[in-house]
Amino acid sequence: LPTRKEPIWIARDLAKCSGCRKCEIACSLSHEGCIWPDASRVRVFMLVPGLEFPHLCAQCEDYPCVEACPVKALSVSDKTGAVLVDNETCTACGQCIDACPGRIPHMHPREKHIVICDLCNGNPQCVKVCLEGSWNVLRTVKRGDEPYGLYAREPEEITRDLAAKIYGENGGEYL
Amino acid sequence: VIRGYAGKFLDIDLSNQAIRETRFNDETLKNYVGGRGLATKILWDRLGSKWEDVDPLGPDNLLLLLTGPLTGYYPGGRTCVSGKSPQSNGVVGSTLSGEFGVELRCAGYDGIIVTGESEKPVYLLLKDSDVELRNAGAVWGKDRKETVLELTKECRGLLKTRYPKYGEWKEPAMLYVGPAGENKVRTAVVCSKWVHAAGYGGYGAVMGSKKLKAVAVKGTGPLPEPADTRRVKKLMETVCNDIYEEELWRRWGTGAGGYDFGNKTSSEPIRNWQEEWHDEKSYGVDRFENRLWMKQYWGDFGCPTTCLKLAVVKSGKFKGAMTDNPDYEMQAYLGTNLGIFTPEENVFLASLLDELGLCGIQTGNVMGFAAELFDRKIMTKEDFEGVEPKWGDAEAFATLAERIAYRENIGDTLAEGTYRAALKIGRRKKMNLLPYAVQSKGIGIGAHGIRSGQDFPDIISYACSVQCGDHTSLASLPLDGGGETMNIFSDSGVFCVFNSFGVPRRIVFDFYRAVTGLDLTRREWCLNKALRILQLQRVMLLLGGPDLKWNPKIHDDNPPRFYEPLPTGPYKGKAADKAAVEEYKRRYYRAVGWDKNGVPTPRILRKLGLEDVEKALKRIRFD
Repeated sequence: LPTRKEPIWIARDLAKCSGCRKCEIACSLSHEGCIWPDASRVRVFMLVPGLEFPHLCAQCEDYPCVEACPVKALSVSDKTGAVLVDNETCTACGQCIDACPGRIPHMHPREKHIVICDLCNGNPQCVKVCLEGSWNVLRTVKRGDEPYGLYAREPEEITRDLAAKIYGENGGEYL
Repeated sequence: VIRGYAGKFLDIDLSNQAIRETRFNDETLKNYVGGRGLATKILWDRLGSKWEDVDPLGPDNLLLLLTGPLTGYYPGGRTCVSGKSPQSNGVVGSTLSGEFGVELRCAGYDGIIVTGESEKPVYLLLKDSDVELRNAGAVWGKDRKETVLELTKECRGLLKTRYPKYGEWKEPAMLYVGPAGENKVRTAVVCSKWVHAAGYGGYGAVMGSKKLKAVAVKGTGPLPEPADTRRVKKLMETVCNDIYEEELWRRWGTGAGGYDFGNKTSSEPIRNWQEEWHDEKSYGVDRFENRLWMKQYWGDFGCPTTCLKLAVVKSGKFKGAMTDNPDYEMQAYLGTNLGIFTPEENVFLASLLDELGLCGIQTGNVMGFAAELFDRKIMTKEDFEGVEPKWGDAEAFATLAERIAYRENIGDTLAEGTYRAALKIGRRKKMNLLPYAVQSKGIGIGAHGIRSGQDFPDIISYACSVQCGDHTSLASLPLDGGGETMNIFSDSGVFCVFNSFGVPRRIVFDFYRAVTGLDLTRREWCLNKALRILQLQRVMLLLGGPDLKWNPKIHDDNPPRFYEPLPTGPYKGKAADKAAVEEYKRRYYRAVGWDKNGVPTPRILRKLGLEDVEKALKRIRFD
């Protein structure tokens, strides 16, 4: 693992997500200067109501998206460990989406480049609003040597797990 | 151009499958804002000249799905559903939470106007400005769970196929109707997600009558640009920080009310309002919380309160039932009003009504009415054809609700709502059954009684409201004191009124200014703009028709039950005082500009610039 100066990770407690989407509001205000849910780097999926969860980059230890980029538009931040997108270089080919085990990156809705969580240079705005409201779904922690890549999962898979947890035995009816 | 609006509306004629765009001029938007206000204006302009003849469940009626400039900005966005109401024959601005309004604005539209009637069941899919009507044959007849899951899958699949390089699509936001709406049940709702419903007004029946099963929208743009983004951001923080200090609705939602409103304020409907007090600790919010809530905080776009709580029954007879807290209105109308005091049974019934697309308030009201007639032996087992709606029997009420949703047997009569059912059964029994109908001008009264004098509605709030029994639109004096005129503001700016409690009063107008760039004072709103909307709603309510008309002398009143003394509890013996009601009504009429018959005066209409409405006054006739 490369040495980072202030490596952080956003710990997530998905089953507690209220679906308030304040993370999307904060992220898009910070990155786009306006409220823009579909341009947000963190997106709340609700494939099944009651099973809302924030979907955002998990910064896998092996960074498959960075590996997959054919034009080297993606890099890893020396400071935080976040994946950084060079918007000018990115050709919007989408290979990083296919390389990501959670299909987390998505295209910017208006511009020709991918969007990926950049950890707000160490001060994630989504975490800030989530804690302010004491939802405590997202929390910034020091990055250690844990299997973070496990958290990069497709929305359907996460939904299936949450259905079992929240709807219990009847969870299957919701899929 | 006024800031904060997308600037255009979709205008869809289902009879001809014609889709076009419409705009409204700045003057209209300044005066009527959006949501309920704009709905009132659109309905008047398009249907006003023939209002009395427009069948709310016919092709001429409009179904309006409107946002406002504050939708998505003021914390807790909503969508306003309107049209000619099949309950009151007037106009109701009925709002529901969820992401629909936000998605719609991000798609570039402030609202959708639907007229006509499709030949076959359809649903509308919007991806930004790509708008299409699609076959809804596969989901027609389906309940909430199947409708939401199947359409979500279908729409996401389409987006994925059409935009394969985009990555994973979030689900579109959706409004839909259940079987009750399809069957034109007057107590049917327009639904969103699992539990959100635009209930008052009965617009589920309007949507169903047009064979429009659902509207799904994915907007990929930003919210329409506000006049002052920095100020909006600051105001959002102020509102959220104030709300974060509040305990009650954040922690328990309105669900704390199921015990509290009965026990403390003695204003909860019990057994069709025969009582309003109880001390059933079995119905305490702690029981709901500890036994059923899988999520303590559950809510919608931008909401700091998240007053919903996800309730799931995981074992026992009612296993699989799933709904929100239930909120207070559901706890009351699908609980205490039917003699039910067990959390699991209450969740079971609320869950079932969600599946069927029925309004818990209106359907709980009409089922309570039916149960009292059964209890009093006015209606018999034969009338109910096998169901015995006994107080406290959740399963009997479940069967009755299903019959209402599918208009089977007695359900076909009860599907007309309490007032119309009372007239119909009364004719059959040759009796006046209106003393048992706890409603006002076709709309069942919200679960906040007036007899104890301890709850928030005034003694004329329901009697004089232009939205009748709606407990979220309450007439009161002074006009700028926070009653119906302020309800019109939240329904027209289209945001959740629950996020305006506990924040400084002026903030909603600060918000309006930061988003639109227009100045608006509370006084100007309450005494001019809201009053104009109110007069228009009143005129259409009094024009009424085609099946029923209202005479204010008779119908601007409380249900008879509210004049009967409370039989139990700390406020035992208290009742609404007829003379006090009449006196308050006279003062209210004067303040709002209505003559002694309750009709808006030519003077007030002229003062508000409603000259064309003045001409319609001669069409208001009382038999």
